[in-house]
Amino acid sequence: MDTSVNYLGVSFPNPLVLCSGYLGVTASTWDNVAKRGAGGITTKSIWLKEHKGHANPVIICNDDYMVNAVGIPDAGIEKAKVEIEEYRKRDNGSPLIVNIIGGKADDFVAITEAINELKPQLIEVNMSCPNVEDEHGKPFATDCPRAADLTKRLKSVTDVPLIIKLSPNVEDIQAVAKAVVEAGADGITAINTYGPGLVIDIDTAQPVLANKFGGVSGPGIRPLAVKKVFDIYDCVDAPIIGMGGMTSGRDAIEMMMAGATLVGIGSALYYRGEDAFKIVLDEMVEWCEANGVQSFNEIIGKTHEVLKNEK
Amino acid sequence: MKNDVPQMHTITKVIQENPTMRTLVFDCDYEVVPGQFVNMWIPRLDEKPFSVAYADGKELHLTIADVGPFSHEATQLEVGDKAGLRGPYGKGFWFQPNQKIAMVGGGFGSAPLHFTALHAVEAGCEIDFIIGARREDLLIYRERVEKLKGATLHVSTDDGSVGHKGYNVQILEKLVEEGKKYDTIMTCGPEVMMAAVANLAEKHKIDAQISLERYMKCGFGLCGQCVVDPTGDTSCTKGPVVSLEYIRKVDEFGKYHRDALGKKHEW
Repeated sequence: MDTSVNYLGVSFPNPLVLCSGYLGVTASTWDNVAKRGAGGITTKSIWLKEHKGHANPVIICNDDYMVNAVGIPDAGIEKAKVEIEEYRKRDNGSPLIVNIIGGKADDFVAITEAINELKPQLIEVNMSCPNVEDEHGKPFATDCPRAADLTKRLKSVTDVPLIIKLSPNVEDIQAVAKAVVEAGADGITAINTYGPGLVIDIDTAQPVLANKFGGVSGPGIRPLAVKKVFDIYDCVDAPIIGMGGMTSGRDAIEMMMAGATLVGIGSALYYRGEDAFKIVLDEMVEWCEANGVQSFNEIIGKTHEVLKNEK
Repeated sequence: MKNDVPQMHTITKVIQENPTMRTLVFDCDYEVVPGQFVNMWIPRLDEKPFSVAYADGKELHLTIADVGPFSHEATQLEVGDKAGLRGPYGKGFWFQPNQKIAMVGGGFGSAPLHFTALHAVEAGCEIDFIIGARREDLLIYRERVEKLKGATLHVSTDDGSVGHKGYNVQILEKLVEEGKKYDTIMTCGPEVMMAAVANLAEKHKIDAQISLERYMKCGFGLCGQCVVDPTGDTSCTKGPVVSLEYIRKVDEFGKYHRDALGKKHEW
């Protein structure tokens, strides 16, 4: 089957994209992940200036959960320019989504201006990281007016399609989605990690993460993530990159039925290994072929259609 | 069952290796392939990867040099103290029974090589074990290797205080030029030294295994901190021990490495 999907005018060879935060340090890695089957790559969040991450441990996981507080280490825009340029040269067919972050709103604007000059195909805004709160306060995506204001400002400095990554840690994610789309967001990524959560080592009574608390991901949050994407699809027209514990082809199809156009793969690299993209895509194709689905477009938002017909 | 949350293990013995290095013996049941590493965690301080110096399913040894804030604290730990461990991670050294092996260790690189040698002589391998340090009191694992039947120890020091005055790679070169044949050369230590070993192996068409060290955070292929150019592989899962054939694809080997922010630094 033709596995390609169009997202905001950009053609992806398949709907599975690397979630921001995993493996995204260098062009070599992005290319490596693309060659292992990723339809698209999202970079780690890029800061305008150098930003230190947290001490180790930064990621802990087991069969039940993954909790991380890496703290978004990054060398800043100059390194990002070199890596983004190098990735272009690799020309592997998997689009690059450049994820950006700032502290204050002005920092977000400055990094967006700088990235805009590189004319990437898509920009994703991380205004929902729960792991840098001590330093930068509550994420913008947890407050409708602040999220909308920031989106409006970022839209005014770039003509690259802008995707806003939302936090699940809000009372009403539909309200935030509506606010950012009305403010000009072209797409939505949902969701960032849950929590933060806490894992305690009982032999020492100490938190295991150096940051004490961290965002929760992995298979356990999957039904929650699917519901958030389902809700967002219901209230805005912006296309969605859905993610949260997607580890199998069935999971990815479920996420598309809830409303996602692209599906993020992250913790699956732990649960299914480094070839997770190929494995998950093969499972998706197998399911589609067994069920007479010829294009992934047929299943995007399918559950909404089924429920509507019921009425 | 997958479990990559560090678990506390008790230190049952501490061995002072030299003025700045100690071996911590943990009560730990990990099955380890020599060359693999574990992450050691000290709560509220940090967690760092260390090559395993010995493990037998009952105890696990880490040989640690006091070179930074974490290793300083680690080398202050005493019998009865606990520290967190997770792993083992990555790929270790490999060999076939009855092979002829040269091992070239610099600094605490001798520790995982000695662990490998224990397994290799068990399998009938013959080993030339070549270790180097700046001066005699910094040499580690010397007595252990001397006692090892099947292994011949060769020593170099920069100042000539014991053994060959100069580099350990020069000893290897001499052995090879005198006609010694090896099925493989294993090396662990400073990258400049390992690069010299790799060049020598290539020149003489000998197989080699290199223990590649990069800045690591998670240890199991998720964070992407330890990736190498231009392959983009995470050295924590592709290595740390890699083949000579693979290292020739890693342009940055012997040239540069990346820090915690992903910035390049020349060796």
